[in-house]
Amino acid sequence: MPDKTMDRIAKATPPQVATRIRGLSDRTIAWIFVAPTIFLLLAINIFPLIWTIRLSFTNFRVNRVNADVKWIGLRNYERILTDPDIWHTMQVTAHFLFWTLFLQVLIGFALAYLINKKFRGNDLWTTLIVLPMMLSPAVVGNFWKFLYQPQIGLFNYVVGFFSGTDPSSFSMIGSIDLAPWAIVIVDTWMWTPFVTLICLAGLRSIPDYIYEAAEIDRASKWRQFWTITVPMVLPFLMLAVLFRGIENFKMFDLVVQLTGGGPGSATELTSINLKREAFEKWRTGYASAYAVILFVTIFGLASIYVKALNRVKER
Amino acid sequence: MSRFFRNLLRLRRGPWEMIASALIVLGVFMLMQPFSLWAYGNSFMVTLAGTVMFIIVSHFPEED
Repeated sequence: MPDKTMDRIAKATPPQVATRIRGLSDRTIAWIFVAPTIFLLLAINIFPLIWTIRLSFTNFRVNRVNADVKWIGLRNYERILTDPDIWHTMQVTAHFLFWTLFLQVLIGFALAYLINKKFRGNDLWTTLIVLPMMLSPAVVGNFWKFLYQPQIGLFNYVVGFFSGTDPSSFSMIGSIDLAPWAIVIVDTWMWTPFVTLICLAGLRSIPDYIYEAAEIDRASKWRQFWTITVPMVLPFLMLAVLFRGIENFKMFDLVVQLTGGGPGSATELTSINLKREAFEKWRTGYASAYAVILFVTIFGLASIYVKALNRVKER
Repeated sequence: MSRFFRNLLRLRRGPWEMIASALIVLGVFMLMQPFSLWAYGNSFMVTLAGTVMFIIVSHFPEED
């Protein structure tokens, strides 16, 4: 059947076209196949990047398209790198990044280690654990907003029940001290399953005979964990940290739904601040410089990380 | 230590990548630290220098 189809296509091809195609080298044909992808990559990724870098040296405002665009050199970068408010958002982002990664790796690995043990209902627990990851960040944001309600929220009730404090005496998203922790808790709740899944893949890739050999050598469980399990899961863990690190560095939707960057600027991450500069204050050139700074930071970290990952894999 | 400097002088990838990585990490720390506005102000230059250096030195030959 496919041969017939191919024959029909070959017959339907005009003779001039067929001759032309037959005359092409393998290299040219390969280029013809690759060209659409390269074109898309240039149009969607490279061109906007170059355009953003160009805009970052101007005073362009997208809400004043007819105004003169002046080349202002490095002034946007100077302003960003001397602005205490942006410095503060960087610190908020660092707090969010450090604690989410720390908790997600710790809890994610522990859960994966437990699920990897053979017990009844293993599959059911795996499904239940990965559920939060499947929800939309907007839904999770709204959902946790209710949980954090001081009067009717379940979170406050549970904390109050265990600590003996009045549930309505504190507000997780209304307090400057607690709001940064509120977003850490929600992100950890939502994305720990992702780390769990990656760690589980790593744990299941360790062949049983390695543990059997260790048992024969009378290695203790503790020693097996540190000399077999951890080194063999490490590349997977590093991959999870890379993915979550980059994702959390540009975290936006969840935090906007939950706190909107407030109270004050207590949970204003860089991406929220960047959006405000670009689409509320309409300082496009300034926001472009800001985006370039964030891009270089992520690119630099990702380069180191990929290198480290390859080294661990080789080992 | 002497091997490190020897490979550095011979433009080998390993030690140069280490220096570039250290610059990037230092730049990111300077960007996000809460102690000094001066360090924050110079963080981008350090990160950019490290990143560009990393791209260049990753094309250097491997160590012998």
